[in-house]
Amino acid sequence: MSQTLAITLQSLRSLPSRLGPSLVAIVGVAGVVAVLVAVLSMANGFRATLSGAALEDNVVVLRTGSSSELDSGFDGEQARLIAQSEELSMASRELYVMVEIAKKGIGTYANVPFRGVEAEASQMRKDFEIVEGQMFEPGRKQLIAGIGASGQFEGLEPGNTLVFGTERWDVVGVFTAGGGAAESELWTDAPVLQGAYRRGNTFSIVYGRLENTDNFNVLNDRLSNDPRLSVQVERETDYLAAQSEILASFISVVGYGIAILMALGAMFGALNTMYSAVSDRSREIATLRALGFAPRSIVISIMIEAFVLALIGGLIGALLAYVFFNGLTVSTLNFASFTQVVFAFAVTPDLLIQGIVLALIIGLIGGLAPAIRAARMPIVAALRE
Amino acid sequence: MMGMFHLIRKNLTRKKLRTLFTLLSIIIAFVLFSLLGGLSRAFSLGVEVAGADRLITMHRVSFIQPVPLSYVARVNAIEGVETAMHQTWFGGYFQDPRQQIGLFPTDLETLREVYPEYKVPDQQWQNLLRNQTGILVGQTMADNYGWSVGDRIPMFSSIFPQQDGSYSWDMDIEAIFTGSGNNADEMQVFMHYDYFNEARAFGRDTVGWIVTKISDPEQADQVAAAIDLRFANSPTETKSSTEAGWTAGFAAQVGNIGLMVQMVLACVFFTLLLITGNTMAQAVRERTSELAVLKTIGFSDRRVLFMVLGESMTVAIVGGVIGLALGYVFIQGAAASLSQFLPGLAMSPSAGLTGVLVAIGLGFITGILPAWQAGRLKVIDALSRG
Repeated sequence: MSQTLAITLQSLRSLPSRLGPSLVAIVGVAGVVAVLVAVLSMANGFRATLSGAALEDNVVVLRTGSSSELDSGFDGEQARLIAQSEELSMASRELYVMVEIAKKGIGTYANVPFRGVEAEASQMRKDFEIVEGQMFEPGRKQLIAGIGASGQFEGLEPGNTLVFGTERWDVVGVFTAGGGAAESELWTDAPVLQGAYRRGNTFSIVYGRLENTDNFNVLNDRLSNDPRLSVQVERETDYLAAQSEILASFISVVGYGIAILMALGAMFGALNTMYSAVSDRSREIATLRALGFAPRSIVISIMIEAFVLALIGGLIGALLAYVFFNGLTVSTLNFASFTQVVFAFAVTPDLLIQGIVLALIIGLIGGLAPAIRAARMPIVAALRE
Repeated sequence: MMGMFHLIRKNLTRKKLRTLFTLLSIIIAFVLFSLLGGLSRAFSLGVEVAGADRLITMHRVSFIQPVPLSYVARVNAIEGVETAMHQTWFGGYFQDPRQQIGLFPTDLETLREVYPEYKVPDQQWQNLLRNQTGILVGQTMADNYGWSVGDRIPMFSSIFPQQDGSYSWDMDIEAIFTGSGNNADEMQVFMHYDYFNEARAFGRDTVGWIVTKISDPEQADQVAAAIDLRFANSPTETKSSTEAGWTAGFAAQVGNIGLMVQMVLACVFFTLLLITGNTMAQAVRERTSELAVLKTIGFSDRRVLFMVLGESMTVAIVGGVIGLALGYVFIQGAAASLSQFLPGLAMSPSAGLTGVLVAIGLGFITGILPAWQAGRLKVIDALSRG
C-alpha cells in the first residue's frame, strides 16, 4: 500500500514535466464531456419546457387521429358537449392557430402558436401569472404573450400593436406559466380568434381539469362511446410528453452518438499519452521494479495517473458546458406541432455525473493497457534502453 | 525516392500502436466531419436544389390559412408568370398517425410543367391522369412503405374528413416518380385535387398555397411583388417568395438547433485534430537524434524535411479517406431510417472533396513545423542533446 502511494505521488509530481502529452489527454476528455453535457442539456431543457409544467389532473381532448392541436378540430356543439362533462371541474374550449412573427436579432419569420382560450384556461395552467401589463379583455382584439415568446420574437411588448394581414392586435400583457409550453404562445379570447381566422364556431381542442384524478377512465370511456363525438382523451402529462418526444429523442440520439464517437477519439489520444508516459519513464519504472516494487503498485499508480488526467479533463468539460450553456434560451421548430418552442438549456447534476463517468471510463481504458505493459516490461531490457 | 518511401514506412511501423491510435482518431474525426456535412445539408433542406424559377405564394398570416382556388387563375394572368399551380397540405398518414406523409392534392396535369425534374414513365403518367383516385408517389417514399404501382391503399387524413365523416381515403398508386436525386423530393405524394375537393367535408374551393413557374428567374422579386400587390387589401392577402427563399426561411425556423449541432460537430472535429496533430508532432520530436544521424550520413536538409512531412501526410490522408468512406456508409444508413425527419440527409460530392482537402491540410500543418525543424537541425546540436 505504501509502495503504491509512494509511486503514485512521485508520478503525479512529475506530471508537470510531461505537460504537453498530458494536456492533449485533458483537452480531449474535456471536449468529450463538454459536448455530451451540452447536447444532452438541450434535449433535457426541451423536454422540461414542454412537459415540465404539465398537470396530472388536466386532460386534453383531441379529435381521433390528430397528432397535435394543429390538426385537431371540433365544431362548437361537440366542443360544448365535451366541456360540459360532469367529470370536469373546469374546461376551456381552445382554438390553436399560428402566426408568423420575426425572430429577434435575425429577422426571419417563424411560426408562433396563437391560442384562443376561454375564461378558465389560465386557472388550469400551472402557476399562470400576468407579470407585466394585464389580461386581455374578452371580445376585443387584444393578446397576451408568454414570457418565452416575448423574449424571442419581435414586437411582443405590452403597448405595442401587431399587424397580422389585415388584422391589428394590441399586446396588453406578458405571462408566465410555470416554465411550460404555454410560455411560447400568444393568447387571446377564443371567439375573437375564431372571427379573425374565419373559423366560424369551431375549436381545436378542449382542455379540462378532472374533478377527481381517478375519473380519467370514466371520462375517456364516456366520451369515446358517445356517438356524436370522435375523440381521443389524453392526460396533459402524456400529451405534452408525446409532443416533445420526436425532437428530444432526436437530439439525445445525436448527442450520445457524437459523444460516443468523440469519446473513442479521445480514448486513442489518452492511450497515446499514457503509452508515451510509460515509455518515457521505462528506465525509471524498471529501476523501481529492480528495487523490489511490486508490479501491482506500478499498474495502480499508472491507472491513477490516467484517472487524474481524465478527471481534470472531465471537470473542465463539465464546467465549460455549465458556464456556456446552462440557462441559454433558444427557440426552435417543434416538428410535432409545427410551431416554435422557446426553451432553455438545462444542465442538471445528473448530466454532470454522466459526463464525469464518461471521462473516467476514457481514463480507465486509456490507462489500463499502458499500465499492464509497464508492469510486464522486462527489467533488464528497460534498464539498458 | 524509393528509399524515402521505405524510410517513411519503417518509421510509421516502428511504433505500431501509436500510429494505429493516431490513425484511429483521425478516422473518427473524419467520420464526424462527414456527419457534419450531411447534417448541415439536411438542415438547409434542399435549398441548393430548389428551383430559382419557382415562387411560392401563401396566406400572409401563416401557411395553415387557406387561399381561394380562384387566386390560381388570377396569378396565371400576371405578367412574367408562365404557369401557376396549387398544393394543399392533406395531413396524410398511412396506418400510424405519428408518421405524417407529405401528401398534396394538386393539379397533376400542371405539376409536370412546374416540376420538370420529376420523371415519370409515360405509361404510368397516362394511367395516373385517367384515374381520379390515382396518386403519384416519390421513389423513396414507395421504397419506405413497400408500395408498388397497382397497389390500392387506404390513406388517412388527420385534417380532412370526407362528406360521410370518414377520414379514410382510398387511393391507387398509379405512378412512381424520381426527383432530382434529393430524397426530400421523393418523400412526397401527389393526388388529384378534384377528387379531394369534391369529396371533402369542408374547405371546398380553397388551396394551401400557389406554386408559380416564372419565365425569367432574374425577375423573381418583381413578379413576387406583383402577385402580392394583386391581392393587397383583399380579405386574403398573400406573401410570395422564391422556393429557395421559402425553404431557407423554413430551415431558419429550425434555426438554433441546426446551428448548434453544426457548431458542436465543428468543435469536436477541431479538438480531435488538435489531439492527433500534437501526437504526430511529438513522434517527430522524439527522433531528433536519429534524424541527425541521417543527415550525418548524407541526407540533404530538403530530403529530411520531405521525409518527415511525408509521414504526417500519409497518416492524415489514409485516416482521412477511411474516415470519409465510413462516414459515407454511416450517412447512407442513417438517411434510410431518418428519411421521415431529415429527408435531405446525404453526403454531397463537394463535402467529400472538402474532406480530402482538409485531410491534406491536416497532414501538412501537423507535419510542417517538425519537418522544418528537422530540416534545419544542426547535426552537432542534435547529437549532443540526444
